[in-house]
Amino acid sequence: MRYLVRRVGFLVIALWAALTLNFFIPRLMPGNPAESVIAQYHGRLGPGALKAIEAELGIGGHQNIIAAYFQYLGNSLSGHFGISTYYFPTPVVTVISRALPWSLGLVGISTVLGFLAGTALGAIAAWRRGRVFDNVLPPVFVIISAFPYFWVGLILIWLFSLTLNWLPTLGGYTETATPTLTWGFVGDILWHSVLPAFTILITAIGGWILTMRNNMITVVAEDYVKMARAKGLRSRRILWQYAGRNALLPNLTGFAMSLGFVISGAILVEYVFNYPGVGFLLLLAVNNEDYPLMQALFLLITVAVLIAIFVSDIATALLDPRTRNNR
Amino acid sequence: MNPARRLGRALFVAWVFLRRDKKAMVGVIILFILLVISAFPSWFTPDDPAAYAYTPGIGLSWAHPLGTTSFGQDVFSQLMAGTRQSVMIALVVGFFCTVLSVAIGITAAYSGGIVDDSLSLFTDVVLVIPTFPLVIVIAAYLKGASFWTVAFVLVITGWSYGARQLRVQALSLRNRDYLLAARARGEASWYVICVELIPPMTSLIVANFLGAALYAIIAASGLQFVGLANVNTEAWGTMLYWAQNNEAFSAGLPLWALAPGIMIAIFGSALALLNYAFDEVSNPALRPVVATRKNKKRAVA
Amino acid sequence: MTTPILEVRDLKVEYTTPAGPALAVAGVSFDLAPGEFLAIVGESGCGKSTLLYSIAELLTYPAQTVSGSVRFNGVELRSLPAEELRQHRWRDISVVMQSAMNALNPTLSIGAQLADACRAHTDWDDQQIAERSAHVLSMVSIDVAHLKSFPFQLSGGMRQRAMIAMALLLEPQLIIMDEPTSALDVVAQRSLMRQVENLRRELGFAVLFVTHDMSVVSHFSDRLAVMYAGEIVELGGTRDVFDHPRHPYSSGLMDAFPSLVGAPKELLGIPGNPPSLVNPPQGCLFAPRCPFATDECREFRPELITVNGRAVRCHLVNPRSAV
Repeated sequence: MRYLVRRVGFLVIALWAALTLNFFIPRLMPGNPAESVIAQYHGRLGPGALKAIEAELGIGGHQNIIAAYFQYLGNSLSGHFGISTYYFPTPVVTVISRALPWSLGLVGISTVLGFLAGTALGAIAAWRRGRVFDNVLPPVFVIISAFPYFWVGLILIWLFSLTLNWLPTLGGYTETATPTLTWGFVGDILWHSVLPAFTILITAIGGWILTMRNNMITVVAEDYVKMARAKGLRSRRILWQYAGRNALLPNLTGFAMSLGFVISGAILVEYVFNYPGVGFLLLLAVNNEDYPLMQALFLLITVAVLIAIFVSDIATALLDPRTRNNR
Repeated sequence: MNPARRLGRALFVAWVFLRRDKKAMVGVIILFILLVISAFPSWFTPDDPAAYAYTPGIGLSWAHPLGTTSFGQDVFSQLMAGTRQSVMIALVVGFFCTVLSVAIGITAAYSGGIVDDSLSLFTDVVLVIPTFPLVIVIAAYLKGASFWTVAFVLVITGWSYGARQLRVQALSLRNRDYLLAARARGEASWYVICVELIPPMTSLIVANFLGAALYAIIAASGLQFVGLANVNTEAWGTMLYWAQNNEAFSAGLPLWALAPGIMIAIFGSALALLNYAFDEVSNPALRPVVATRKNKKRAVA
Repeated sequence: MTTPILEVRDLKVEYTTPAGPALAVAGVSFDLAPGEFLAIVGESGCGKSTLLYSIAELLTYPAQTVSGSVRFNGVELRSLPAEELRQHRWRDISVVMQSAMNALNPTLSIGAQLADACRAHTDWDDQQIAERSAHVLSMVSIDVAHLKSFPFQLSGGMRQRAMIAMALLLEPQLIIMDEPTSALDVVAQRSLMRQVENLRRELGFAVLFVTHDMSVVSHFSDRLAVMYAGEIVELGGTRDVFDHPRHPYSSGLMDAFPSLVGAPKELLGIPGNPPSLVNPPQGCLFAPRCPFATDECREFRPELITVNGRAVRCHLVNPRSAV
């Protein structure tokens, strides 16, 4: 339990760091982007509303920077992120909440699938050392994982969509269709998500296969695996309960850390496929200088990563009895 | 044995091992070729890469081996010219990231106590903050980052993973007898660190360098692709940006979009393969195993 | 003469190294009678652990058994198919390893690891498994409550005893022990050996015990085998070999141990290093270090010859001309 409390403490510090970054970066950049935000709102909002926005974003020369900082912290933690300039007058929170489910679905599922499949494949590759599976698989995936995500996406589009016409090119769903909760529409969504999901899967899985394989190889050389064989346990049981369980632990920590990397790739994949998720929104905001939206998205992505890390910490605590007591 | 010789020996051992490893050789050869191209691009560019002088929109042809862009630039020449940018960013970011990782990771491990605790906390926080979104945000505020800005941003976001790894290894070495002997002799701390602690960690440091370089090339090309870097260069990612914006695939110019991506992939693969090979150097258990009939039957019994 | 439960004939084990194959076990043969305690001693690297794991069919790359025969109760283990071999494990032959910290799965409780072995070989229900587990723990004086404990929660000595308890689970006929006392202090060592001896007397299993420290087994083993560079160089009754070693290496070893009784004597070491296993010498493997070596020793490899219950591999003890 103490372990989890320590981890929560750490994650809170990380969150604070992200908030602080978000606050100070625009103020450190040349051209003072913070001011330009106000300039964009100007003329579109009355002075009262303008003041409220200034207060929310902590901008405005009337306060000293420390007070503005704390006000910003307060506002962020209570979910006040201002109004989007590109999607004016929709509040940032609303804009984001429209895009969020798309990303959760696409990125969430393909990441989890990739992790599970990659871990299993890595374990099996290590278990069958010296045979074809292990000699071919790792180098192939080393190479594939070095490919840029977005390029893989482009190629898949070219192959499956433009040339073979099997799958759609862009978007989360056919533009002309109206979003309704019917099976047909759901099918349409799934149809559109195949290529982007596959892109993420294929590039991310390599990393997990490799780390799991390397961990497994180290673990399999340990005495307790030899002991398990001496006890005459069935091979499958040894693989999962003895070797796999112990090899998985460092992998879980690795999963959390590689999440940042996966999300980066997912942003580009959404961009390439015009998939209406959070990543696509971020780039849209960037290209249109919609700073409030951009800042809020950065925060959201950070929080998502922190939550994922926390989940993997819980999983580690469940699987590894050593963490429950001492650390 | 004096420290320079020890370092030299560590590198030599690694070199002998790598020579035998096919994957590593492939990686080294590719890197060497790319280095040559980036050092002397004019040798490899038949046409002026920037000139909009040629017939736009041709595919494979004798005059233009990879075709031309919609603007009439020769794709192959652009590709060669862009090599320098990509190689440079990988090397520069790789180098500075490694320097930072080594400095912070080893200082933390060697000092212990509160210095270690605070540095580790700092490292972990930086590690956890998602780098690419941060890079995007910063680049967005800068409205089109130059090479050095991109490099700077990548370095300050990319050092943390290596620092963590190096710290762990340095910790395990710290209490070895020969280090305690050095300190008992009264050697200065920096001497102990540079001369006794770092040489055994050489392969891990090299692996880190390769990893950072790989991260740099992928992140930089990502930035270029979305147009957040200077769009007037011939960098591979930027080529992809222009290709994407001009719908190269639909326009019947697939090579324009494929070629730069292939180059990134090749460069990245070379780095990744070498990284993989260096993993095997520092961890002998990972080295290739030859399966004999006996192994296969008994391996799981 | 009862049928031996273990018959090892000319066992050879090689390690694949970058410099070529290294012969770690160079043709070992011996018999083990039911209930007998055979100790195998030798310095580090002499191949004793390799021998043990080869017999137990637990070797992994880069080690492999290349020739020889291992018969357990008449059944040739080396040619058994994997599944049949698995059936023999633990029920007939169990293993106690050197470091219990490393030999126990850190993420499973002691009870779970005991239950593992039971479920793999019997069809006992949970109740029976729990009873049996509690029984073996009590045999090694560990509180039953520890069934729920994890390995890191036990002390070093307790972990070692837990391993022995695990080895006793299915009442095997043979227990193989690889230096189980090396990680313990002297007091714990003696206590463990006493416990093993009591259990052996009670349950009647045979023990194959490997150690580099002869004093540990000197009062417990029936027979003692001395190994050098992958060969058995002397084999005989324990007290006999101890008091009257005949092979030059064995007497060198005895001389290196101080004795509690008698006048203080000078401790002698054995100068030199063990031979290369990749390129072994042509003649006797010990000749380069032997103070009595002759030209004949350097040219011809001696055989292990048994005279009056004592096997010695030495030309000086068993001259070639007399054979």
